[in-house]
Amino acid sequence: MPESDTTISGHRGLQLEEPLIFEQGSPSKSAVDLPECALPDGEDRLGGVRRRGPVGLPGLSEPEVVRHYLRLSQKNYSIDSGLFTLGSCTMKHNPRLNEKLARLPGLGDLHPLQPVSTAQGALELIQVLAHWLTTLTGLPAVAMSPAAGAHGELVGLMTIRAALEDRGDLRKRVLVPESAHGTNPATAAACGYTVEAIGADGRGRVDLAHLRAQLSNDVAAIMVTNPNTCGLFETEILEIAAAAHAVGAFFYCDGANFNAIVGRVRPGDLGVDCMHINLHKTFSTPHGGGGPGSGPVVLSEALAPFAPVPYVVASGDGFALIEHPSTSDQKPFGRVKGYHGQFGMFVRALAYMMSMGADGLWQASADAVLNANYVMAELDGAMTPAFPGPCMHEALFDDTFLKDTGVTTLDFAKAMIDEGFHPMTVYFPMVVHGAMLVEPTESESKATLDLFIRTLRGLAQRAKSGDSEHFRAAPRFAPRRRLDETRAARSPILRWRPNPDTAAGSTIDRAAE
Amino acid sequence: MRYLPLTEADRRAMLDAIGVPSVDDLFCDVPPPARLQVPVDLPFHLDEPAVERAFHAFAARNISPSAVPTFLGAGVYRHHIPAAVDHLIQRGEFLTAYTPYQPEIAQGTLQYLFEFQTQLALITGMEIANASLYDGATACAEAVMMACRIARRRRIILSGGLHPHYRATTETYCRFLGIDAVAMPPSWTGDEDPAARLDRDAACVVVQNPDVFGRVRDYSALAVACHAQGALLVVAVNEVVSLGLLTPPGEMDADIVAGEGQSLGNSPSFGGPTVGLLAARERFVRQMPGRLCGETVDVDGRRGFVLTLSTREQHIRRDKATSNICTNSGLCALAFTIHLTLLGELGLKRLGELNHARAIALFDRLAAIPGVEMLNETFFNEFTVRLGQPAANVVEALAARGILGGVPVSRLLPGWSEAEPLLLLAATELNTDDDIDALVSAMREVL
Repeated sequence: MPESDTTISGHRGLQLEEPLIFEQGSPSKSAVDLPECALPDGEDRLGGVRRRGPVGLPGLSEPEVVRHYLRLSQKNYSIDSGLFTLGSCTMKHNPRLNEKLARLPGLGDLHPLQPVSTAQGALELIQVLAHWLTTLTGLPAVAMSPAAGAHGELVGLMTIRAALEDRGDLRKRVLVPESAHGTNPATAAACGYTVEAIGADGRGRVDLAHLRAQLSNDVAAIMVTNPNTCGLFETEILEIAAAAHAVGAFFYCDGANFNAIVGRVRPGDLGVDCMHINLHKTFSTPHGGGGPGSGPVVLSEALAPFAPVPYVVASGDGFALIEHPSTSDQKPFGRVKGYHGQFGMFVRALAYMMSMGADGLWQASADAVLNANYVMAELDGAMTPAFPGPCMHEALFDDTFLKDTGVTTLDFAKAMIDEGFHPMTVYFPMVVHGAMLVEPTESESKATLDLFIRTLRGLAQRAKSGDSEHFRAAPRFAPRRRLDETRAARSPILRWRPNPDTAAGSTIDRAAE
Repeated sequence: MRYLPLTEADRRAMLDAIGVPSVDDLFCDVPPPARLQVPVDLPFHLDEPAVERAFHAFAARNISPSAVPTFLGAGVYRHHIPAAVDHLIQRGEFLTAYTPYQPEIAQGTLQYLFEFQTQLALITGMEIANASLYDGATACAEAVMMACRIARRRRIILSGGLHPHYRATTETYCRFLGIDAVAMPPSWTGDEDPAARLDRDAACVVVQNPDVFGRVRDYSALAVACHAQGALLVVAVNEVVSLGLLTPPGEMDADIVAGEGQSLGNSPSFGGPTVGLLAARERFVRQMPGRLCGETVDVDGRRGFVLTLSTREQHIRRDKATSNICTNSGLCALAFTIHLTLLGELGLKRLGELNHARAIALFDRLAAIPGVEMLNETFFNEFTVRLGQPAANVVEALAARGILGGVPVSRLLPGWSEAEPLLLLAATELNTDDDIDALVSAMREVL
């Protein structure tokens, strides 16, 4: 850093440096006032299994804690800060109404094991959300408990395997396109299947001939993302589904990009048997710095009986919760998480759905697709779209326009940081060289997009003008400049450690055994 | 449509720029029969007050545990969440950020994850921790798969004291991977002997502390037995507040700790979302699932943080990854770490003591009621009683009197012959003397 940019304090205006909590405070302080409550050894009921020494946690007062996290927050880019073009992640607006409702007494404080007679409103809410999800997808059933999209994939494949085993049809293989999210092959492996790749054709779609050649009666499922990770609708989707069904395989659709078509196209009408829905992508629950997610899985008639516990059923004039395979009249394959799913995310997603309505969702998917196509059209000529349009909800570029400039896709992305935008997804999907996947979402105004387009055109021109140093030095205005990821991986430092001279640990009280 | 910024004029201008007459033309790749002509048959959009009314109506059909005496636990606990926690996690920069793929503009998320990993390692007595998993049950399943990779063995032993949801989830994961999961029968006596089931084929034993019946256990001897057979000891912890008072698993020589972090910072929320915890010995780091945050420097030599060791993960390794997990529980981990930072050394210890003291008060009062048999010699903030009648009926009768009086064991273990009269009761710092009085007098009426 040039000397003129340094300060005495280390702070730089609103960029405030903040040490770790372990480098602050004193063990005698606490930001929570709790009564003292002496429990002499003879009076506890711990059987001697009692901590003897300090834990090693720091102690801070409330003002210090609030300042710590506020300063940390200011080092983050977020959707609330600006355009977050991370393709495939769908960084759309997170309505604050959702947050308010998830915290209502009687929803946020519900205990999962309070008598179901005292949680009828919660079960009804789950049923109403399930009705929206099945109606929007055109599939008859939904497993609500998966904790996130990848967990939904796992549940979907487990359901498929359970259905196949039930008919005595043990199959070994799952086919996954090369362009798929990494979770797809990882999921199939975690479900005990061998994974084989399907190639892409020259149009960025599944190579149907290759798929047909790979299909046989030992294929359990194909896992296809639609719209796919190139931001394109699989034009031969009906043929893909028919080919899978012809050999008795199931069609698992990765629903990560359902937001592009929600309200306008029902996956059930495309021959899909099973699809997870990332509630944060399509239905606006917060991304939260990387979770929590929620990944309900919609299921065809053939798969529905095998869905995991728990699930809600109508019972008399109320609702019942089936929590164990032994108390089910269906054939659930088991349980996949504690309790009943990501209820707090259900509240948020349903609040969004009711706010938008069928008409609003119809418009939202149209605006998402319109915004992406506008970006692609306006950047064509300056940057190089990987495939001809129209695209769906995201615009994919390759690095052809950077050829011979000395600027890489990563450099280009880092320069966007200095311009105040969150970079697009880079180097994914892997079927495109130096991929840049831009997803503006429906949450952005035309004015924001116009500034973004002007900025990217300018950066592309700068790269072509030979100023590669501008890109290699980027970012210059972020809280940190480029970080050494190789060093982090070579000798990992995964936690703060105390000075060994002052460290102390507790010991088990052997005398009490 | 309050969430959509485009005007009709904008849309017109943008379509012109693209060179198509209508948005429908952008959906031309969708096979025509699959294109809906009108919106689906669901209600149209509502304004904010109308949506609020609908959710107040849902809430009104539930009993709010905050409004009545509540003694529910079994893996999810009602604790006081300091006001600062909920305020800070709703900072838009935290709430609406994503996975820190661009670390230069995600140092806030990365630094709190590094602090979270450190706090978790400290309270469990382990060397390292990851940046969180979905929940306790899936963390337990991930720990088992991790143990199988480390030991290169395919058989695991699940204690009868393990939370039944953790056991069932782990069994599901194992079944699909062809791992032999040996589940020991439920036992409230604590006299099971998992060590006797160990042999050279066992990858790990999974136990819980306190166990699902509330007993506090010392697993040091079991750790020795596991290690003698080349197996790992996995300890599940689903009440992290207990770690303020109890000997941590690391000091018992556990190899992996799988836990549920809901008790710190996260409201029960009908069971989700919560935050799965995973801590381990440092030498096992390359077999850990999930995200890890590590320290490094930027080109100016300033300390910074990045996601690291991602060659374990699905986006690099695909079908060879340690797990298919993609997200963590970022925001729940943030709530956890803020709450623990607010508590600090002193606060965590006092909170543990206070919980134990409230549970002792509850225990001693219930012990005096005829028809209530106390089964625990040890406990932290939860214990099991045996009643003279089905516990589920008692719980319904208590609910009719406005008390959420515990979790019937039969709800967790419906097939277990001994479950029917057993009731799990938890007390936390939020249970007042008045709550306990109300439960005791209602219990005397009901029994």
